[in-house]
Amino acid sequence: MVESLKGGGHVGFFCLKERLISKTVSKNNNSTPGNLPKCTTGIQGLDEITSGGLPQGRPTLVCGSAGCGKTLLGIEFLVRGATLFDEPGVFIAFEETAEELAQNVRSLGFDLDGLIEKKKLAVDYIYIERSEIEETGEYDLEALFIRLGFAIDSIGAKRIVLDTLETLFAGLPNPAILRSELRRLFRWLKKKGVTAIITAERGSGSFTRHGLEEYVSDCVLLLDHRVDGQISTRRLRIVKYRGSSHGTNEFPFLIDEGGISVFPITSLQRQHEASSERISIGVPALDAMLGGEGVYRGSSVLLSGTAGVGKTSLACHAADACCRRGERCLYIAFEEPEAQLLRNMRSIGLNLEPWVKKGLLRFHAARPTMNGLEMHLASIHKLVEGLNPSLVIVDPITNFISSGTVSEASSMMMRLVDYLKARQITTLLTNLNRNEGALEHTELDISSTIDTWLLLRDMELNGERNRGLYILKSRGMSHSNQIREFLLTDNGILLTEVYLGPDGVLTGSARLAQEAKEMATAAQRNQEIERKRGELSRRQQALEAQIAVLQLQFQTDKEEMERDITTEQVYLEKLEQGRQEMAFSRKAQSNGVPGSQKKVRK
Amino acid sequence: MKSESRSNGQTTSEQVPKQWQLRLYVAGKTPKSVTAFDNLKQICEEHLAGEFEIEVIDLIENPRLAKDDQIVAIPTLVRKLPEPIRKIIGDLSDTERTLVGLQLRSHSKMKE
Repeated sequence: MVESLKGGGHVGFFCLKERLISKTVSKNNNSTPGNLPKCTTGIQGLDEITSGGLPQGRPTLVCGSAGCGKTLLGIEFLVRGATLFDEPGVFIAFEETAEELAQNVRSLGFDLDGLIEKKKLAVDYIYIERSEIEETGEYDLEALFIRLGFAIDSIGAKRIVLDTLETLFAGLPNPAILRSELRRLFRWLKKKGVTAIITAERGSGSFTRHGLEEYVSDCVLLLDHRVDGQISTRRLRIVKYRGSSHGTNEFPFLIDEGGISVFPITSLQRQHEASSERISIGVPALDAMLGGEGVYRGSSVLLSGTAGVGKTSLACHAADACCRRGERCLYIAFEEPEAQLLRNMRSIGLNLEPWVKKGLLRFHAARPTMNGLEMHLASIHKLVEGLNPSLVIVDPITNFISSGTVSEASSMMMRLVDYLKARQITTLLTNLNRNEGALEHTELDISSTIDTWLLLRDMELNGERNRGLYILKSRGMSHSNQIREFLLTDNGILLTEVYLGPDGVLTGSARLAQEAKEMATAAQRNQEIERKRGELSRRQQALEAQIAVLQLQFQTDKEEMERDITTEQVYLEKLEQGRQEMAFSRKAQSNGVPGSQKKVRK
Repeated sequence: MKSESRSNGQTTSEQVPKQWQLRLYVAGKTPKSVTAFDNLKQICEEHLAGEFEIEVIDLIENPRLAKDDQIVAIPTLVRKLPEPIRKIIGDLSDTERTLVGLQLRSHSKMKE
């Protein structure tokens, strides 16, 4: 348990794979107690919608109008039984001879003659010519029972197909006897323990023309073949299935060179393993927007946008990234042939050719109107089975609408996404938006099945058209909410930041202009700062100069004053000296001469 | 293959094939098969005296043989000769219909 948790996505993937394989092998005759034992038909999809197959050891009625595939369903039931489950089968043909039958199904790859030789299959052709027959009293169908019994016992059959039992009504004159004999026949088949398919022609107002549903009450399948707008679609419905759960919808089915494939619209169980591994989408900046690691493995990614926004280019980047990892990629291109796509991608520096040569990248270019939707789905199934890719790109899904109605196309897309998810294959779908209507809208209403939705939009401004990209949603990861400008360069896709100004989002040359403008403004500011700085220093210098002048003046004044002071002092000294000299010269004069003292004080 | 015990009474030792070759398919000795055989013998003796050969085939013993004559119902009487092949199902209790079936009598006559 702990180990498997450690392993992460890969272990989960293999577990799923193993589970699928073991389911295919072991589901034959599996009878869990309390459940109805079922006989695996081996017909693709049928076992899924009947949750395991037809009721084992009981008859199943398959009805439908002419040409709806009843006989083929019967044949495939036997061939699959004989080849896949080692259950021999008997085909009782009322309408075709063994040779005709073998010839008819040879194109589907069924080798009836080979199986007959190996005692895996017995074909008995029962033919009743009404005009040869006269009824003369009481009879029963014991000979039919003997024939069936002989055919079953000769190869130990576990399966039987009666195609079409109702021809007996045309061949035998007494319906009353026939009805009681048919009732006995179904009882007898149950007693024999063979799983039987009884085909019947659809009647007006009832499932079968002769009311066979009255006798076969265990399981009734209805086949239908409708042509709508020149495109035909076959459908299968389980009318009843006693004692078992089953899908009740009409399931489209397909007859191609591989036999019958029934497609469950939504698989009954939606238990996909969810990988936590992340894979790159091929554009580093976009991976960064998606939580830095890209999308989850096995998730579904939708790229939507109007014409010419670069959906295909982005898809090709994803394909390139996938091949770089050494994984295989299936690219279903509905718009361009392979060569054109390769050439166009070279122009943006993406060389996909080596991947094609290595077998890692497979293009499947088809016109959507070439086939009905079911045929498309089937061919995708087949390609996926054959290539086993880890990424499938459908470019664009919008084109499916032209080969069916919108609801049919969306149900088909849903089934495709489910199918790919169950196989842990990452799906990348592109959707072409028409110019009218909201961008967050796909014509095929599949947004709920999408895990990561990238929106590419064009932005028109100043006579220019530029591309923008943003993530509308991405389940299970923190993602960027930014709009990025999406540039297609010679070196691939480049995502740059857009300018959000008062005029809205600016892209292209408007963005460049804005960039130039901002650069100019910045330069101007720088100049201003420089200027101010200069002024400041100049002022400082001026101030300092002024201070110096003042100091100089002060110094001068100071010196002058000191000189004055000194002069005064010298004068005073000289005066004193003069007075003393005078007194000395007078000699007789005393010191107290008032007149002279007054003079000094002046 | 042939149920000799029942056909002994009608087959002669001659190798020349009879004009009427009839084959009766049964599945064991059920009351219906016994009735059918009795009715057939009576009709043949009455209408085809000496010119017929009856072969009784028991499908329980030889289930393989049901395929050749495309037998579904029991009992079935097959007129191998004269051609074309005709099949009459039932216990042959309706003599008129049996005769019509063997083309010993036409439909229109029967209706009268």
